Amino acid sequence: MEDLLIFLQQLINGISLGSIYALIALGYTMVYGIIKLINFAHGDIYMVGAYVGFFAITKLNMSFIPALLTSMVLCSILGIIIERMAYKPLRNATRIAALITAIGVSLLLEYGGMLIVTPQPRAFPEVFPQTKISFFEGKVYMTNQQLVIFAVTLILMVLLQFIVYKTKTGKAMRAVSFDKDAALLMGININNTISATFAIGSALAAAAGVLVGIYYTSISPLMGIIPGLKAFVAAVLGGIGIIPGAVVGGFLMGIIEALVSGYGASTWRDAVAFGILILILIIKPSGIFGANIREKV
Amino acid sequence: MQKILNKRIILTILVLGLLYGSIQNLIVQGKLNPYYEINLLLIGINIMMAVSLNLINGFTGQFSIGHAGFMAVGAYTSAVLTVKLQQPFPLAILAGSLAAALIGFLIGLPTLRLKGDYLAIATLGFGEIIKVVFVNIEYVGGASGLSGIPHITTWNWVFFLTAFTVVFIKNFINSTHGRACISIREDEIAAETMGINTTKYKVMAFTIGAFFAGAAGALYAHYFYIIQPNTFNFLKSIDYLVMVVLGGMGSITGSVLAATALTIISALLQRFAEIRMVIYALLLIVIMLFRPQGLMGNKEFSLSILERLGRGEKHGSVSSK
Amino acid sequence: MKLSKKVALILVLAFLVTIAGGCGGSKPAPAPAPAPAPEKPKEILIGANFELSGNVATFGISAVNAIEMAFAEINAGGGVNGIPLKLVKVDNKSDTGEATNVATKLITQDKVVALLGPVTSTNVLGAVPVATQYKVPLITPTGTNPKITVDDSGKTREWAFRTCFIDPFQGFVGANFAINTLKAKTAAIFIEKNSDYAKGLAEVFEKTFTEKGGKIVAKEYFVTEDKDFRATLTKIKAANPDVLYVPSYYEQDGLIAKQARELGYTKPIVGADGWDSEKLLQIAGAKALQEVYFTNHYSPQDTDPKLVKFVENYKAKYGSVPDALAALGYDAAYILADAIKRAGAPEPAKIKDALAATKGFVGVTGSVSIDDKHNPVKGAVIITFDKDGKQIFKEKVNP
Repeated sequence: MEDLLIFLQQLINGISLGSIYALIALGYTMVYGIIKLINFAHGDIYMVGAYVGFFAITKLNMSFIPALLTSMVLCSILGIIIERMAYKPLRNATRIAALITAIGVSLLLEYGGMLIVTPQPRAFPEVFPQTKISFFEGKVYMTNQQLVIFAVTLILMVLLQFIVYKTKTGKAMRAVSFDKDAALLMGININNTISATFAIGSALAAAAGVLVGIYYTSISPLMGIIPGLKAFVAAVLGGIGIIPGAVVGGFLMGIIEALVSGYGASTWRDAVAFGILILILIIKPSGIFGANIREKV
Repeated sequence: MQKILNKRIILTILVLGLLYGSIQNLIVQGKLNPYYEINLLLIGINIMMAVSLNLINGFTGQFSIGHAGFMAVGAYTSAVLTVKLQQPFPLAILAGSLAAALIGFLIGLPTLRLKGDYLAIATLGFGEIIKVVFVNIEYVGGASGLSGIPHITTWNWVFFLTAFTVVFIKNFINSTHGRACISIREDEIAAETMGINTTKYKVMAFTIGAFFAGAAGALYAHYFYIIQPNTFNFLKSIDYLVMVVLGGMGSITGSVLAATALTIISALLQRFAEIRMVIYALLLIVIMLFRPQGLMGNKEFSLSILERLGRGEKHGSVSSK
Repeated sequence: MKLSKKVALILVLAFLVTIAGGCGGSKPAPAPAPAPAPEKPKEILIGANFELSGNVATFGISAVNAIEMAFAEINAGGGVNGIPLKLVKVDNKSDTGEATNVATKLITQDKVVALLGPVTSTNVLGAVPVATQYKVPLITPTGTNPKITVDDSGKTREWAFRTCFIDPFQGFVGANFAINTLKAKTAAIFIEKNSDYAKGLAEVFEKTFTEKGGKIVAKEYFVTEDKDFRATLTKIKAANPDVLYVPSYYEQDGLIAKQARELGYTKPIVGADGWDSEKLLQIAGAKALQEVYFTNHYSPQDTDPKLVKFVENYKAKYGSVPDALAALGYDAAYILADAIKRAGAPEPAKIKDALAATKGFVGVTGSVSIDDKHNPVKGAVIITFDKDGKQIFKEKVNP
């Protein structure tokens, strides 16, 4: 019984960690889906989002929701600027050249950010009081923050599915992702569609940044590197370009990490996570939710 | 053909010898500032890394971003041999290279079925796994690293191994095997139809690339006194990838030039401590925006390229679309 | 076959470029021996070899900020023996190889008379052989690994110094405190796997704690980049230790304290000087800091004007409260300045001897004397927190 409760606790730990990966992975997967670019700077937009939220709350005395919205809006503008200035000129270059540019943008945000906000971590203010919820005579705990993050992740996933499948913009996105030239011939404005994708993806990253700020209470300019990498792995795990795939991949990563830390050796955690990724890729290269596309000659 | 080859070899030996001799002379006379010597050695090591990665990424068209992992294997294997087992340095280098090649072979076999970004993320994963493995082996110092490595690497070692790496990979590219690798880059399905065993050549390129990365790692370990797993993290792999792309995928001389240039830039930027990485980042973006095919495209540096550049001829790379 | 033509030339040209770039301008500088300056030099050059980018940039920048502040203060007061100090600041990217590279540059290119930094032990170990080879004293403000100042055969490294505690002392104090004051019988240790500092302290804590009859019931690890410790903390909580020992830096410490309390672990948590930061309270919250104790160099209730002035000036200059790394960097700068003053001339060998002879230097982290192993001898205090999360003095321990 005791063991079962500990397992339950680990599951909760894993799901809350996974929610964060999932939130970041959603933006990754959208951008990749449409222009096939591993947007290395995505994790850093998440960092910028956290800082915008931080300054909105501490300097402008905003409450949680306005701060979240401010951060999402500013980051979507940032996303569009980055796309227009750094990625658009390379749309027809090799993928690897675009990847190097993305790395450049990522480093620029990290170290430029460091110059502006200093490298010292900052403590995120408590915007809503934390309450603990316990089950089984206080043997299993979760917090309201964990619930909020979990709920926001699911809501955003559903919202995204709606945008992609039920709106005109979404239809345009799918068309561009499927065949850019054909979409152009059908009168779709490719530039605007790609910008919209970046805007939505960056807004999601910003939301993740603010939520993580509240959840972990500590933010720093290099905070985006590791979650960014893990989220990308999560997106590949679930099948990159597929929205529910990113969420499932994120949860899976979180749960695997929690269970490895809780039952095995925590220092092997990353190795196990990457090992599982490689296994899945070898067995099913397009990810859990991905459709296997046969290459035509 | 035979005649040209002989002339070339003689010329190569002659000029390389001259170059080697003049630097060696400076070092022996104590005229070469130790700081320049460090960076000269770093340039050599980086050239080995970039050229060997170019064989995988640029010539064979396989998107690998875990090259620092192989460097780590070479560095650790060789350091264990010299520090713990008191073996001679040449044996340590050979063992380090072979160990890296073996790991490259073992990783390459299953993962090279993957394509493009999926392969990239798998190699990145393997690079990280190699790092985590070293973090967890207390015998080699765990996360805090293996210290007390003898300072054996000299200009001699770096010069000859770098020259060997470049010449070997150059010759490999021009061999039947190398042509097979290039055909995989150009069109894998067509290559297969032509009867080329694509898996075999992909694994071969991967193994050879890993071999030289291992040698570079061994040289690195025996120059910098101490190695730790974090030195070989994924940002290091990215550094080498940047060198390859900046120099031009599929251009050996491009890789040599880019490795040299980036090492010097990195050294020059040490002075601008706080804005060092910002400048580096801007440089990457600007170079990619204005020259996405890299400095050399897939051309090699020769006098005739100037002529061609003058005519504004577009490069003909079709790699990794 | 256009590729293969003139291969020799290609190779050669590439190497020529290499060489031209590598040693441009080196020839006219045949590295003169540190010339004994007959006249008073215009300035004294001190090299700063710090982690200003890369994964531990936070630490490096903290320390270097404090050092720059200390130098500015010293120069405003007329410098050392009337000569101003000049800091040559170079980034080592948080990489050991770069630390070696940078140390070589500072000594052979910039001709500095002493080196400060790096902050992490592994990087210091990359720089110490260079300092030894060229006979220039090196002071690390925060490298705790005993190997930095003592080689494998137990001999003191002539040119390497530190101004922080070495691992054994704080671990020993922490374990004694847990046994004697907290009456703990069992302990869990949560170790930052990639930090020499944490590993060293944990090792000594474990040794002392078991020697005194305690039992270690759990020993778990995390890595610096971690933010979510809940899984491992759940495992630790299940082992039900009387005390949890976490010898890391405040960002992780704060998160660990917060998450441990969230999971319902209410027993004492003991830490070391890395816990000392105002940010700790903001990250963990006052509630999580109840029953938290840590060993430190000095107490904030200390009204020593030197310390008060340092904290105020640092805040005014950099907009944040100094952490342990800043305080230690600040002291390292002053200890070096003091040694140069006593040496009489800014020559490496004399500075080294003066450093080794440092006795009773009063800095912001307490009184420092350098022992024959080139480690500082200074007392420690144990700090805890009141209901509002303010640091309060608990007890004093002398070396």
